[in-house]
Amino acid sequence: MKRFITNNISIIGPFIGLILFSIILGVLSDSFFTVDNILNLLRQISINALIAFGMTFVILTAGIDLSVGSILALGSALTAGLLTSGMDPLLAVFIGLIIGLVLGAVNGLVITKGKVAPFIATLATMTIYRGATLVFTDGRPITGLSDSFTFEMIGKGYVFGIPFPVLLMLVIFGILFFVLRKTVFGRQVYAIGGNEEAAILSGIKADRVKIWVYSLTGMLSVLAGIILTSRLNSAQPTAGTSFELDAIAAVVIGGTSLAGGKGRIVGTLIGALIIGVIDNGLNLLNVSSFYQQIVKGGIILLAVLLDRRQSK
Amino acid sequence: MSETPLVEMTGIDKAFSGNQVLTKVAFNVKKGEVHALMGENGAGKSTLVKILTGIHPRDKGQIKINGEEVSFTNPKQAEAKGIVVIHQELNIIPHLTVTQNMFLGKEITYGKTGILNHKKMKAETVKNLHALGVSNIDPDDLAGDLSVGKQQMIEIARALATNAELIIMDEPTAALTDREIESLFKVVNALRTEGVSFVYISHRMEEIFELCDRITVLRDGQFIGTEKIVETSLEEIVKMMVGRELGERFPSRDHNIGETIFEVTNLSSKEGLFRNISFGVRKGEVLGVAGLMGAGRTEVMETIFGYRKKESGTVTLNGKLLNTKQPSNLIKAGIGFITEDRKTKGLVLGSTIRENIALTNLSTVSTNGVISKSKEKSLVNELIKQLKVRTTGSEQEVKSLSGGNQQKVVIAKWLGIEPKVLILDEPTRGVDIGAKKEIYSIINELTKNGVAVIMISSELPEVLGVSDRIMVLHEGKITAFLDRDEANQENIMMAATGGSKA
Repeated sequence: MKRFITNNISIIGPFIGLILFSIILGVLSDSFFTVDNILNLLRQISINALIAFGMTFVILTAGIDLSVGSILALGSALTAGLLTSGMDPLLAVFIGLIIGLVLGAVNGLVITKGKVAPFIATLATMTIYRGATLVFTDGRPITGLSDSFTFEMIGKGYVFGIPFPVLLMLVIFGILFFVLRKTVFGRQVYAIGGNEEAAILSGIKADRVKIWVYSLTGMLSVLAGIILTSRLNSAQPTAGTSFELDAIAAVVIGGTSLAGGKGRIVGTLIGALIIGVIDNGLNLLNVSSFYQQIVKGGIILLAVLLDRRQSK
Repeated sequence: MSETPLVEMTGIDKAFSGNQVLTKVAFNVKKGEVHALMGENGAGKSTLVKILTGIHPRDKGQIKINGEEVSFTNPKQAEAKGIVVIHQELNIIPHLTVTQNMFLGKEITYGKTGILNHKKMKAETVKNLHALGVSNIDPDDLAGDLSVGKQQMIEIARALATNAELIIMDEPTAALTDREIESLFKVVNALRTEGVSFVYISHRMEEIFELCDRITVLRDGQFIGTEKIVETSLEEIVKMMVGRELGERFPSRDHNIGETIFEVTNLSSKEGLFRNISFGVRKGEVLGVAGLMGAGRTEVMETIFGYRKKESGTVTLNGKLLNTKQPSNLIKAGIGFITEDRKTKGLVLGSTIRENIALTNLSTVSTNGVISKSKEKSLVNELIKQLKVRTTGSEQEVKSLSGGNQQKVVIAKWLGIEPKVLILDEPTRGVDIGAKKEIYSIINELTKNGVAVIMISSELPEVLGVSDRIMVLHEGKITAFLDRDEANQENIMMAATGGSKA
């Protein structure tokens, strides 16, 4: 038991927080603990969670990716464009994901080969990708996508009564959990964030690992975008605006250190759940969305302050 | 001595957490003299300076300035008494102008308004620089655009502007060109005749003989002696610096040295840090690498290892050319590199012993990119046992280990790759005597198994006690190769300071 606590100290705090918030909201609102509401909540968080999973990798390498929202928009718009041209939905989705991978790889290349600080590099590409989206869509939503069952399934479908995006989120969580925990790649991600020089001198190709990490994040952002597009049945040129903030918030609330090298993807899932529970609960309680922002910001602050006390 | 010395330090003792670094050190500087302070790395020179300027408190002893006893608690107080230190790393802010640097923290303002009087500061800057005979520095230039020599002049001018009576210079010529050194010496000589005193810390013998009046030598924190330069010789000073007996500190070795397996040919640095380095290492041999700080020893090894870029040259193992583009290539070929600074380059401090040792061995403990927990555990535990790392277990964070045990973890991670060539850069720095001896035994064990070892060390006794052959570097060039039986501290030091004909 003691060992379990020391091994999981970084996520115990967020987990207790999640339980507390849920209980409070459950008491305040009758409709919180209903199956429908929980499934709805999970579906709502799936988009942020997918992006935040990628962001976890990036932050573990001591980086940051501000361009996720723009990649989401550009990837979605291009995928929607392919769909309206009559392409097979699965193929269009596949190409969309590859586009996300490439856009992320560009971030990685600028950061590693161009030696630009991740914050600056992705601030620039955030603007560029958003601009490209506006150019491509001419500033208008792309609608009339496809009445294909397959594409509608991605955002709106259910499997065994569970929303498809939730299943997707859980499967990808499982894969990435395994990657961080059990694979050489995961170990390299932690080592680079912990001490990049020592990692390089130990034979780790830090540049290559980082490019993959940003590529992964780009791909997950487009996946999130495709879910959003499917749900709305349209691709919005302004989709994903400020999504990077929610993703970073989920990672930080989940106990991952912005300095890199320390953190768990389970924490990020919990962080995304906390944000989702607060949004959902405050909605149920009819709290104005203006106040929701204040509460959310306060919780991020609280999480970081608690984390600092813990690591002292 | 009839006149009162400017500075007189007597019976200075200092220990850091039980580690005695200075014992009964005496040091005095007369008015208008240039006094050299010499000793090997770690002899206690910088600690002595820090005690004089109030950065460290002394445990025992007395400091008098102009005959008056003082006890500084911070460098500002020392500055008020006219003592200024110019560090090797210059205290210049590159994106500020010469004038702004000159008046940093003591800006001239219009009365108490807080509004800067640029005109007056600029005029003062020009005046101060002219007083040094420097006329080729524009006060409006950004300091960062100037050469190191000119930046140094700004620091000297700044010191004089505060009426400095004693300027302590730590390795002032390390980054200067010959011409800059010449003008520095001119300025120092001129100021000396005006009664300004200097403490001159340098490893360069020829400079000390050219410039200084007296020399004080420290060794292992002990005061060895103060001599007049005209009454001493290079040989005598070298002897004072290194003359210590080799005890039973080094375990005896028996091994067979085989043929040359590792060869470096005409290696030159892209950054210009060293040139035309060629050497070979034989199977089972320990090649010691000696030289002073800044001689380029670490940089040579980092370049061989693919961490720095080379300009030209080749590295071969068993006659096969190695690709030195990145460290992973060399590791794959069987070359290990135990870095000098284990905290910044050797370890991921926040990670566990297991994760650190596994880092160089990820391919051994994994299949298709998936790590096998059992393989990892058995490799790590075996290495912990082999190296006798004192720990509560493989899950302990390395930052909570002692220096010696941290170093063993670094060695462990490299023994895991079963290296054919192992480079050790200052393997015993910051390590206690017991662990040192264990590290020497590990080196012996490796050579017995036919590993070629390259060991950089600044500790001459260690170089002499462990190496079969010694390569000496001076300012990026090889100045000597010495065999074990012909090498002694004197001829190594001679080659390391560039005073050798070897």
